[in-house]
Amino acid sequence: MTTTRSTTRRLAALAALALIAAACGGDDAERSGSTTPVDDASDAPVELVLITHDSFALTPDLLDAFTDRTGIDVELLPSGDAGAALNRAILTKDDPEGDVLFGVDSNLLGRALDEELFLPYRSDALAHVDDALEVDDHVTPIDVGDVCLNYDRAWFQDAGLAPPAGLDDLIEPAYRGLTVVEDPASSSPGLAFLLATVARYGDEGWQGWWGALRANDVEVVSGWEDAYYGSFSGGSGEGERPIVVSYASSPAAEVVFATEPLDEAPTAVVTDSCYRQVEYAGILAGTDHEAEAGQLVDFLLSKDVQADIPLQMFVYPVRDDVELPEAFVEHAARIDAPLTLDPAVVAAQRDALVATWGEVVLR
Amino acid sequence: MSRAGRGGRWLLGALPLLFLAVFFAWPLVAVLDRGLRPDGALDLAGALEVLRRPSTAEVVRFTLWEATLSTALTLAVGLPLAQVLSRHRFRGRGLLQAVLVVPFVLPTVVVAAAWTALLGADGPLPSLARAAGIELDLRHSVAAVVLAHAFFNVAVVVRTVGLVWERLDPSLVDAARTLGASRWRAAAIVEAPLLAPAILASAVITFLFSATSFAVVLILGGPMRATVEVEIWRSATQLLDLQAAAVLSVVQLLAVVALLVVTTAVERRAARSLPQLPVAQRLEAVRGAARWWVGGVLVATALVLGAPLAVLVERSLWLGDGVGYGFGAWQALGGELRDSVLFVPPLEAVATSLRTAAASVVLAVPLGVAAAVALGRRRSPWQEIGLLLPLGASAVTMGFGMLLAFGGPPLAIRGEPWLVPVAHAVVALPFVVRVVLPVVRSVDPAMREAAAVLGATPTRVWLAVDAPVVGRAAAVAAGFAAAISLGEFGATTFLARASHPTVPLLIERLLGQPGAANRSQAMALSVLLAVLVASVVLVVDRWRSSEGGW
Repeated sequence: MTTTRSTTRRLAALAALALIAAACGGDDAERSGSTTPVDDASDAPVELVLITHDSFALTPDLLDAFTDRTGIDVELLPSGDAGAALNRAILTKDDPEGDVLFGVDSNLLGRALDEELFLPYRSDALAHVDDALEVDDHVTPIDVGDVCLNYDRAWFQDAGLAPPAGLDDLIEPAYRGLTVVEDPASSSPGLAFLLATVARYGDEGWQGWWGALRANDVEVVSGWEDAYYGSFSGGSGEGERPIVVSYASSPAAEVVFATEPLDEAPTAVVTDSCYRQVEYAGILAGTDHEAEAGQLVDFLLSKDVQADIPLQMFVYPVRDDVELPEAFVEHAARIDAPLTLDPAVVAAQRDALVATWGEVVLR
Repeated sequence: MSRAGRGGRWLLGALPLLFLAVFFAWPLVAVLDRGLRPDGALDLAGALEVLRRPSTAEVVRFTLWEATLSTALTLAVGLPLAQVLSRHRFRGRGLLQAVLVVPFVLPTVVVAAAWTALLGADGPLPSLARAAGIELDLRHSVAAVVLAHAFFNVAVVVRTVGLVWERLDPSLVDAARTLGASRWRAAAIVEAPLLAPAILASAVITFLFSATSFAVVLILGGPMRATVEVEIWRSATQLLDLQAAAVLSVVQLLAVVALLVVTTAVERRAARSLPQLPVAQRLEAVRGAARWWVGGVLVATALVLGAPLAVLVERSLWLGDGVGYGFGAWQALGGELRDSVLFVPPLEAVATSLRTAAASVVLAVPLGVAAAVALGRRRSPWQEIGLLLPLGASAVTMGFGMLLAFGGPPLAIRGEPWLVPVAHAVVALPFVVRVVLPVVRSVDPAMREAAAVLGATPTRVWLAVDAPVVGRAAAVAAGFAAAISLGEFGATTFLARASHPTVPLLIERLLGQPGAANRSQAMALSVLLAVLVASVVLVVDRWRSSEGGW
């Protein structure tokens, strides 16, 4: 008898749980309902979807101010790393998930243009941007970042060894077993670093350099998080290797995201090892709001957003008329002569380079 | 049976299938169609080329190899623990059962960090080995992958098998011993055959989870080792080789179907109604020789499961060189972490995660129980195999599939927030079926007949005989469904909205940039996630075991 009674009670509890869930669901429906434009109003607010990679960051107040000024609501759609976000956009080209895509970097640009993903657009704000960054009228440059070797300052001080001055040093016996890199097949900084070596040593030399690095006991891991937090010894890294492939701005991030104020970054950048990546935004073909999408691109190039970029995304703005924050000037490395490759070359050779790299370094 | 009864049973079986047809089969077909017919016509030559690549054979071989090893280790760790937990009474038993589920939800990156701390060159295990003169580096090895899979899946074995074990009549073993069998022999000849279906069920789940595991292999296995799942992810998201992704997805699905065909056949043959107690038997106090056994198993468990969790807690308190230990990261969790668009206050993410988990439990458990009850006495195995198939599907394939299938009419629901719990329910549903089905089949028909003879209506028979037993299994399944939802990452990244990240997504965002604050807050948030899931499971367990009843 008790069994039946407690069964009933449990069924009742289950029903209650269902009600709670239903109530939660209703809550959500209401929320999304409130953002749907009202049909009968002529000046109904437009909602744009901005597709980004997961590292996108921005001060929320700026986005609110944009909405107040233009009446355009912006919903963000983070879609994985830069490569995944682009591939997602290509895959859903016929039914695009959004109106603007931000975060196509120079290495991916060729593929994006081949797929004719974007509508042509030219923002007036490009007047404040270095012409060299404008590579195609379908995409607008937004920020510039460098993938560089970082090293653990304390480690080299304690070891009495000079930090590496450039790529050449990494294959010296003194630096044996000190370096961790990311697999270019699964990591975008890993790919950038492979391209850095191709740019530095050329089609003939890069394989030899990697062969020597392999012989010098390099560690290869799958992604940046595992490399930096898992294998790197400097800063917030918890591993044992004092040299890692990361970003020019990583020392600044160590200072900004320290738990107690730091005077000096615990890590530093090997300035001769840096590969430059420009990140672009484009208006997705298939948008119903081309004009508003243009306003959103303008917004990404506005002075306020450009000034916000360094401490949010830890890359450099493309505009030459914004002031850099102090933490950035002091702790991030400004790279004057980065390594670069032609995006068309990258697009054509990328898969083959990665495959050859795998043969040289992993097999 | 009455016509209404038959109609009701048909509906029980049809609803879960309909759910999977819409939210699993359709997206799957959409993405496979895109991949296999790139230009509108089936490209067989291209598909064959993918199959002939040496790398394809290599990843298939590695997948089968590591999943087999992982399943063996998980059973080796899980079965003794299941015995101890379902036979013995000791302090902290309930808590241990809840904590076992924790690894299941922890983000892989975070677990990897904990394993690295333990297995890296300075970790306790390699240090011990070095003291003994052995050079041991377990990072980026098959051993690390297999250990992590056992860590993640041991709860599957303990809870699925424990569910049957705790209701096996101990007098059977006693009888065998009276007849002269040793303790081990008695267990082998009496208990093992009765437990076989549940052991097989948990082994299949563990095998499938290990075979389709993605982040564990990517991070802990290192770049040398790829499973089919890793290769699908790489093809789809990094290389945009959708054809390769689709071909590999088909390979994976066919392998899963083959496995399910074999195991369901074996399981059906092994299934028998159990001479079992209607309620969980009284647990034995730990006495005499059993002390060594129970103590040994618990100490081993504490080492394998407790050590990584302890490392996480320690890491959440470590604020960096020169700062030392403190509660800074924990205090930060109460407020806003960053003034940035993709960050929400952690407590909001906790609320989102809990809401999502509740909704997916409410979807998956009733549908799964309905399916299990409908399947219980069915002859043909195909419906059962169909219901279990999502266990073997790739999260990336499903994520892309949902984006493609639900982008336009007739079902333009891609941006809907409820798609996240629906996707979690798709993953959890087969799990619920797998846990509940052996229990449904173990109900002794003689009891139903007895109740019917005494004049009970079919509904009343079900409520009196089946419901108490099935209810307990459903509760265990609900705990897992909640855990699956709380920890799900792969499909969520495709479907969640920026404004409503779940806790695992927020952890991932924190770990996207360097800095001691990012690292310690990610660790603290992981510990919070662990506490959250342990609490949910503890509540569900209490609910099922409270006052008499089940």
